[in-house]
Amino acid sequence: MSSPAEPCLGRPPLVLLVPGAVAALLLVVPMVTLVVDTPWGQFVDQLTSEAVGEALWLTALASMLTVVLCLLLGTPLAWLLARVAFPGRSILRAAVLVPLVLPPVVAGVALVTALGRTGAVGRPLDAMFGLTIPYTTTAVVIAHTFVSMPFYVLSVEGALRSAGEEFDAVAATLGADRWTTFRRVTLPLALPGVIAGAALAWARSLGEFGATITFAGNYEGTTRTMPSLIYTLLQSDPQLARTVSMVLLVLSVAVLALLRNRWLTRP
Amino acid sequence: MSVLEIALSVPGRVTAAALAERGQVVAVIGPNGAGKSSLLRAVAGLVAAEGELRVDGRSWSGLAVRERSVGMAFQDQLLFPHLTALDNVAFGLRTAGAPRDRARRAAQEWLDRFGVGDLARRKPRQLSGGQAQRVSIARALATGPHVLLLDEPFSGLDVGIAATLRVELARHLASYDGVTLLVTHDAIDALTLADVVWVLDEGQLVQVGPPREVAAQPLTRHVARLVGLNVLADGDRILSFSPSAVTVSPAEPAGSARHRWPGTVTSLAPHGDAVRLLVSGKHELLADVTPAAVADLALAPGQRVWLSVKETAVRSYPAAPGTPGPQGRDR
Repeated sequence: MSSPAEPCLGRPPLVLLVPGAVAALLLVVPMVTLVVDTPWGQFVDQLTSEAVGEALWLTALASMLTVVLCLLLGTPLAWLLARVAFPGRSILRAAVLVPLVLPPVVAGVALVTALGRTGAVGRPLDAMFGLTIPYTTTAVVIAHTFVSMPFYVLSVEGALRSAGEEFDAVAATLGADRWTTFRRVTLPLALPGVIAGAALAWARSLGEFGATITFAGNYEGTTRTMPSLIYTLLQSDPQLARTVSMVLLVLSVAVLALLRNRWLTRP
Repeated sequence: MSVLEIALSVPGRVTAAALAERGQVVAVIGPNGAGKSSLLRAVAGLVAAEGELRVDGRSWSGLAVRERSVGMAFQDQLLFPHLTALDNVAFGLRTAGAPRDRARRAAQEWLDRFGVGDLARRKPRQLSGGQAQRVSIARALATGPHVLLLDEPFSGLDVGIAATLRVELARHLASYDGVTLLVTHDAIDALTLADVVWVLDEGQLVQVGPPREVAAQPLTRHVARLVGLNVLADGDRILSFSPSAVTVSPAEPAGSARHRWPGTVTSLAPHGDAVRLLVSGKHELLADVTPAAVADLALAPGQRVWLSVKETAVRSYPAAPGTPGPQGRDR
């Protein structure tokens, strides 16, 4: 049975149908071929190799720490942007969102200029505390947080804005200070945005490659995350590269499913 | 002793100086944009205001919202959507430092008092408008505020529910010893709930008085319309008369009536047993005529008519704000 709109409005014109189909193929075919070409027979064996295990662990660690940093630092930033009128707020908001569109390799170069051994912040850190950040796991987490935080802040700030300042006013008339209001009213109301933002940040962190390899390098065991491992393996062991890619594909689809879950979209 | 002393100005919105006594219910009325909500928000501290605000002899100017002893019920209730009705009412008690259990027990008592005790576990979206407004007023009263601010608590409710809630509210307000400011656009609220009426017009407090006096001698067109009277400015005096005292004729009346105006009928609507005409000319006036007269005079929108009213049916009183006196002229 066809829907009633079809006979009334006519068939879709070829001029829209053909490019639309090409776009769909472009998006779908590579993913299908990845699934088909994955050596499923050795899938589990390959994943238990030491190199893969280390990269998996590092990626899991870095992405989880990234989410934690987003929650602890990004939530207050989103709140400030949404609730406090301070000079330069709109400029700061724009600046915070730049990493969304910044090429990751540029983000990596920027991080080197700030936190590199001779960078503006890196040099005093090295001189005073003997701390060097580049090419460490810390650098991986910082790079991931740099590129993921904007997604988180954007999502949470939007949620805070739509949750409305009216409820803050109500809480104030009931004697609540701003911290109490934040804990008991603002944050619970913005929770869907917080969860969505955390999932977006996590997904962005899972796939982070450019900024990480520029700022943290590609050292097995300390900075070689899954994407860096795939990049390395493509030259030596393409089969294993596909297997590892498959893992990231599955995780990405899982994040998408989580984001589309109904309880996230309900206010 | 005056509990509430207001001399406030919210720039561009409202300027008002007035007093209210302990236990008084003040109806704040006026047309949209007159500054009613701004005045309420200025008392709560939610908008910046200049001037002085004293409650129980203590200055509130410069105090943050949470340091003011106010309870506020909002037009659209604004119950916290993630909390149950019980926890909404308990919220203010908890921020005041009460342990959770004691706050919840007190909140339950408040809900019981408002007849919604059995809805304690419900979330706001599971409440009807009337139920939500009861919870919202209970939440505002639960902290024992010095000043209760009610911003159009009956707007958006069904007429029947509003009437029931009005009766209930009158009972609760009778036992409340703080000052209540009730913003309303309904003459019935002002007449049945209030001890004093503050009339705002274009950001100014133009009339203060007991409801009966304000209803009998309105100084603003808005209040006159609310109570169904015509008002005209006549130098420094105000003339008011009932629509039923107005005679409608097709041509200029020959009689002795001093008050007569030509105009155009703009609308007709049933009003009790009569038909109420709105006639525009130099003034906008209401006139009540019988359905028979509508037929005889073939009254319809656009029709030119003359209105006249006998001197004896007109009350005249000074237009000076704040000092209305019973000055009805009977000649």
